[in-house]
Amino acid sequence: MEKKHYERPHIVRLDAGMPSKAGIRSEQLPTTHIDGIAVTELIEKYGSPLFVLSEKTIRSVYQKAYKAFSTRYPKVQFAWSYKTNYLSAVCNIFHQEGSWAEVVSGFEYEKAIGNGVDPKKIIFNGPAKTWDELVLATENSSLIHIDHLDELYMLIEVAETTSQKPRVAIRVNMDTGIYPMWDRFGFNYENGQAWDALNKIMHSGKLELMGLHTHIGTFIMSANAYAVAASKLAELARSLQQKFNHQLKYIDLGGGFASKNTLKGSYLPGSDTNPSFNEYAEAISSALINSHFTPGELPLLILETGRALIDEAGYILSTVIANKRMSTGRRATIIDAGVSLLFTSFWYQHQVSVAQGTSQYREDTSLYGPLCMNIDCIRESINLPLLNVNDHVVIHQTGAYNLTQWMQFIHLRPNVVLIDEKGEVHIVREKEKLSDVNGPELLPEHLAKIN
Amino acid sequence: MKINHNLAVSESGFLFNPGSGESFTVNPIGAEIIAMLRSGKSRAEIIDSITQLYQVDRNSFEKDLQDFNGILKTYNLLEKDE
Ligand SMILES: Cc1ncc(COP(=O)(O)O)c(C=O)c1O
Repeated sequence: MEKKHYERPHIVRLDAGMPSKAGIRSEQLPTTHIDGIAVTELIEKYGSPLFVLSEKTIRSVYQKAYKAFSTRYPKVQFAWSYKTNYLSAVCNIFHQEGSWAEVVSGFEYEKAIGNGVDPKKIIFNGPAKTWDELVLATENSSLIHIDHLDELYMLIEVAETTSQKPRVAIRVNMDTGIYPMWDRFGFNYENGQAWDALNKIMHSGKLELMGLHTHIGTFIMSANAYAVAASKLAELARSLQQKFNHQLKYIDLGGGFASKNTLKGSYLPGSDTNPSFNEYAEAISSALINSHFTPGELPLLILETGRALIDEAGYILSTVIANKRMSTGRRATIIDAGVSLLFTSFWYQHQVSVAQGTSQYREDTSLYGPLCMNIDCIRESINLPLLNVNDHVVIHQTGAYNLTQWMQFIHLRPNVVLIDEKGEVHIVREKEKLSDVNGPELLPEHLAKIN
Repeated sequence: MKINHNLAVSESGFLFNPGSGESFTVNPIGAEIIAMLRSGKSRAEIIDSITQLYQVDRNSFEKDLQDFNGILKTYNLLEKDE
């Protein structure tokens, strides 16, 4: 006689009424495939845990975002925010789609050049550019976004030594009605610092003022904040026009659009509550079109959107290592992907689904990673089916910031694969080996032997 | 492992504890185990009969049964002397 399929015994108390911390949706259907490829097959071939990126999703999300803006505003340019995910394969998908590069360090700048980006289409942001980096960016006619007065003065000196005139914008910070207000970067609008810096640039005659930049924060849930930012930058542009008869080429509103992830502490999923590209585009385009610019003068609108373009395309596949119960009776499940791979679990309630069919039973579970560290918690509370050791789970929307902020800690980092639009799987970053960690180390001679 | 005898258990896996007024749902295998406990079966008998019926090895099931026992205890569904 064929034995029956086994599921571990399970009992759960019914609490009437209130949604629990685990949220009101019971966590959804299993994710057995990604872009048509079976999760089990991916893990068999490339190991567990495994980062998976969908080229199809990257392109379709980009195209949706581009369309939201280009149907409302005549000149739109995205610049891929390298720090969000600078795997070259990912960057080049965005570049193929038409994105420029937005970088915030010499390292990222070199990476963009290495990817073949036209240096004129690299935006160099950040508070810590060195003399040499400024010289290089100037000679390459890249767009340098000035963060503070010391940089402004250094760049005026750089300009004395270079054959090209630096092409610049200033970063402006401002009150857009959101909290916290990011005033750490750039020049403040309300107290006149920004206008002061613009005057210094214009009077110096040494720099070519191309545009204005702001990045008002990240995961901004209010589309209206962008309307406020766009109007304030348009005001500065008007003042420049009036005083210096100077026309700006672009207004760069930075990044910060919310992805569809769910912030910790929210009862409703982000996919229901976060503004869409259309809402952001409507707010920004209306603010610019309704400002003083005549149709012929409308500046290029640059967007440095990061997480909203890439979160959805990233998955982490992981395997159940153990089930246990806490002293309180709570279910705890340990999986082989931890916070060292999933930095964003500190902010997001990442959706986690199972990779195989299950019964309808769910239990409120704490989901832990494999690090021997108390902070290694992927979800404090999530309704999961009854998982067995060696079952697979899929962590969703992990494309932004994790592949740049992950760290080699306790475990070596796993393979990263990209599923292309034809369903072919490519390793785009190989899993680490001991020699990758030991390689840069040097042992002083007296420590070379331990006995 | 002795189950509280006052519990009302329905066919569909709905369980009611009149002592506390609490309700529970239990999956089919959990319901089977509870039924065996109510009929006075021993731990070893339960293990024998489940591993004969289901695709599970003895070790894994013993571990899961112990875990199940723990949660029944947390929910005060076992006789007090345990
Ligand atoms: C200057 C700048 N532009 C763009 C971004 C991308 O932001 P986001 O991922 O929130 O869209 C950042 C992120 O911090 C940034 O600092």
